[in-house]
Amino acid sequence: MNFLALAAEILRKDLRIEARSREGVNTLLFFSALLVFLFRFALGPTEAEVRQGAPGLLWFAFILTGLWGVARTFQIERENDCLESFRLVPEGLGGIYLGKVLVGCCLMVATELMILAMFGLFFHLDLWVATAWLVPVLVLGTVGFVAIGTLFAAITAQLKAREVLLPLLLFPLVIPVLLPASRLTELALAGESFAAEPHWLRLLVVFDLVFLVLGYLTFPLVVED
Amino acid sequence: MNRLTILLGLGAVALLVAGLWMGLVQAPPDAVQGEVQRIMYLHVPSILTAYLAFTVVLVCSIGYLVRGTRGWDRLAHASAEVGVVFTAITLFTGSIWGKPTWGVWWTWDARLTGTAVLFLVYLGYLMLRSVVEDRDRAGRYAAVVGILGFVDVIFTHMAVTWFRTLHQPSSLQRGTIDTALQLPLYVNLLAFALLYATFVAGRVRLTALDEAIEAQGLRG
Repeated sequence: MNFLALAAEILRKDLRIEARSREGVNTLLFFSALLVFLFRFALGPTEAEVRQGAPGLLWFAFILTGLWGVARTFQIERENDCLESFRLVPEGLGGIYLGKVLVGCCLMVATELMILAMFGLFFHLDLWVATAWLVPVLVLGTVGFVAIGTLFAAITAQLKAREVLLPLLLFPLVIPVLLPASRLTELALAGESFAAEPHWLRLLVVFDLVFLVLGYLTFPLVVED
Repeated sequence: MNRLTILLGLGAVALLVAGLWMGLVQAPPDAVQGEVQRIMYLHVPSILTAYLAFTVVLVCSIGYLVRGTRGWDRLAHASAEVGVVFTAITLFTGSIWGKPTWGVWWTWDARLTGTAVLFLVYLGYLMLRSVVEDRDRAGRYAAVVGILGFVDVIFTHMAVTWFRTLHQPSSLQRGTIDTALQLPLYVNLLAFALLYATFVAGRVRLTALDEAIEAQGLRG
């Protein structure tokens, strides 16, 4: 089995677990609905205010659910004592990292689309004009978040204080991804092209690549013991 | 303390006294800002020392991951602790400087935000170290954060050129600073660097002693 086959195998295994247990998907669905619901109470009765803050609110919801998602990809392994067996995989840990990033991205993008649909429904946000630009931004932002989130989830899954420590480590470090992603979301929702501010897209792509490469290189060092 | 640490410390104190006297007494006040600008002699050296500290963390983190010897890890840990202190000094002095010149203690300017992020990243680094009991594991995890954290340092430094901000770009890099103001700045910079070296040398020694106690089984 080569590197890519290993990643695909991890992806297939984890998605099957999610599809069969439905525990994670249900929790995410309920949590997302609750978040969207709370926005209305936090920001007052008028929809205009919520719509104005939409890009920030959306990414706020994305990272909260995403945090939960990346933590879950390793929680499953820990609960079944599979972290140790990762070390025995002869193809090396790079493929496992890639697989876990793919799983995290799938979970997170699915949740994001759910949140986005609910947001559009409840706050009358016209999503169809923006979809063509919005989806690539969501994917790029998610890749950066998950690339680094997977690495830290692997570290914190092995610790006692994991619930607290994961956001403490992750949130400050994902700011270089979060900042351009929310700004590009704002442009996309306003129906503007990215050409006016091309540096945001460049920044996002560069950080995605940097985090992916660093994650891939350092992941084996945090799982091996 | 060993002789090297004492020598470094004495050098730091001597240079600091000289630098502060040059900056606070001898140098002329700024043409626009007046006396307030003198806080620069603390603000600029402290952030540059913090950058130095985190660069050392990066190098030692890579060194530790490649070689796996304790020395690299001790140095990375010590450097991160001292770097966090110098970042805190930068944020404090910047805040004090911001009030009279910008009218606010804090503003969400890219560079200020970047420095605050830097502070949080390395606080997380130290927190991670404190919860992992096994030293080798703590060192390995922390090294990963130390390398990723450095990406944020670069981001902070580039922030000024990438975005339009309130904070002025580095005067030293642009060469827009008068010679009379430059010399005390350089003296203080050297003083801060020596101070950094003193603290790091002391901290490395402390960790080494701590490990020696543990190795002899003198503590549970």
